[in-house]
Amino acid sequence: MNNTGFLRATLVIAGKDLRAELRSRELLALMLLFALLALLVFSLALELERLGRQAAVSGVMWVTLVFAGILGHNRGVALEREHGGHDALLLAPVPRGAIYCGKLLANALLTLLVALLLLPALTILFNLPTFPAALLLVLPPGCLGLAAVGTLLATMTVQTRARDSLLPIVLLPVALPLLIAALRAGNAALGNAPAADFHAWLQILLIVDLIYLAAGLLLYEYALES
Amino acid sequence: MSEALEVCSLPQERQPRALRLLNLLTLAALPLGLYVALFHAGTDAAQGHVQRLFYLHMPAFFGAALAFGGTLLAGIAYLRKRETCYDSFAVAGVEVGLTLALVNLVSGSIWARPIWNTWWTWDPRLTSAAVMCLTYAALLVLRSGIDNLQQRRRLSSIYGILAFVTVILTLVIIRIRPDTIHPAVIGPSAANAQGGFELAATPGVTAALLVNFPIWSLLLPLTLLWHRYRLQLRVEVLEQRKAQVLNASLRARQGSEDA
Repeated sequence: MNNTGFLRATLVIAGKDLRAELRSRELLALMLLFALLALLVFSLALELERLGRQAAVSGVMWVTLVFAGILGHNRGVALEREHGGHDALLLAPVPRGAIYCGKLLANALLTLLVALLLLPALTILFNLPTFPAALLLVLPPGCLGLAAVGTLLATMTVQTRARDSLLPIVLLPVALPLLIAALRAGNAALGNAPAADFHAWLQILLIVDLIYLAAGLLLYEYALES
Repeated sequence: MSEALEVCSLPQERQPRALRLLNLLTLAALPLGLYVALFHAGTDAAQGHVQRLFYLHMPAFFGAALAFGGTLLAGIAYLRKRETCYDSFAVAGVEVGLTLALVNLVSGSIWARPIWNTWWTWDPRLTSAAVMCLTYAALLVLRSGIDNLQQRRRLSSIYGILAFVTVILTLVIIRIRPDTIHPAVIGPSAANAQGGFELAATPGVTAALLVNFPIWSLLLPLTLLWHRYRLQLRVEVLEQRKAQVLNASLRARQGSEDA
């Protein structure tokens, strides 16, 4: 039945999602606009002095990214169902795990893009160093972990009656370990904590990533059937 | 009747002998454990009487972990076999586990007030324990948000499996994060742990722990799980009968309209 290899199927599905997004730019616009608004609200609400602002910036960034990610995941799965892409994927002779990996890859790259586009705004509003190299190391694993749980859980909640409102409730607690590790590593990357902390939290982040990836791969096929 | 509503058989009205035995044992053991913890164990020299909460605090966490472990296994079994009773057991695990996890959190908080001088602090251990509670609370919300029974069982099984990650995280976090202030009573504590104590330092402490640990981490959760499981089986049967009555009345109305 599986005529297509796992890796190839993954890449094709990720490519399809990214191409669709490139043409409509619907999710990117949605997530980016939301993220910018959230940043503005945060910077207004936390009218902090210089040091306080520096301590808050990693938290602000990750919280914004998580909420933007929830918005994107919700809209993404709904769009795919509307356009019939979901049914086509179910019919495709590829392993279900490859569908998960493909979607996860596309979602992670999209979140990462939003994060990178967000950095200039953060630099201006929160007085960030212009090129925070260590922070750029935290972003990919953080976005990957978020996409790993988001892809699985959004596929589940889209089938329910409550739909959009349920995703944040089931996603946030599960994402908290990721969020805390990414946030602390980001904080250390910006020089608010010792460098040893950076490595320790980055390691925890990678471990949690691995656990969620494995869990997602195993569970996605059960989440998919309808 | 559609297959969707097929459930396991209604449990016997009379409780099985093993359950009745478990009832008696638990009822007898709880006061005994309390007595040993309150009167038999010596008073900790540094912390005073508040240290006695430990006999309830740590075992309750393992009881919660046991119940959540039951949810994990039941979730896996449900996804493989698709039999309703596994899902009923998973519900029992979530509710019993959440209750014991709250006992753990509240007793810890009361202990922390005099020892750490705060009810709550965002220590890694405390954070992960709170995350664990929130995750299982979210599982209950997820369940109530899905009307289709089969879908509810399938999706909450998946989430019940995923949620167990937070239990493992809570267990290992004081061993992998050096900056926790939560003491590890068995094994080496983190360098800046506050409020730890030696089991051997005060007479009766080890004994009180040995008595209370099986009560809170095994007897009480098992008894509660069993009762909750039986209750859930009844709920499932009730749901099934409700659906049958509803279908019958719908059909009757359609019949009278046709005539």
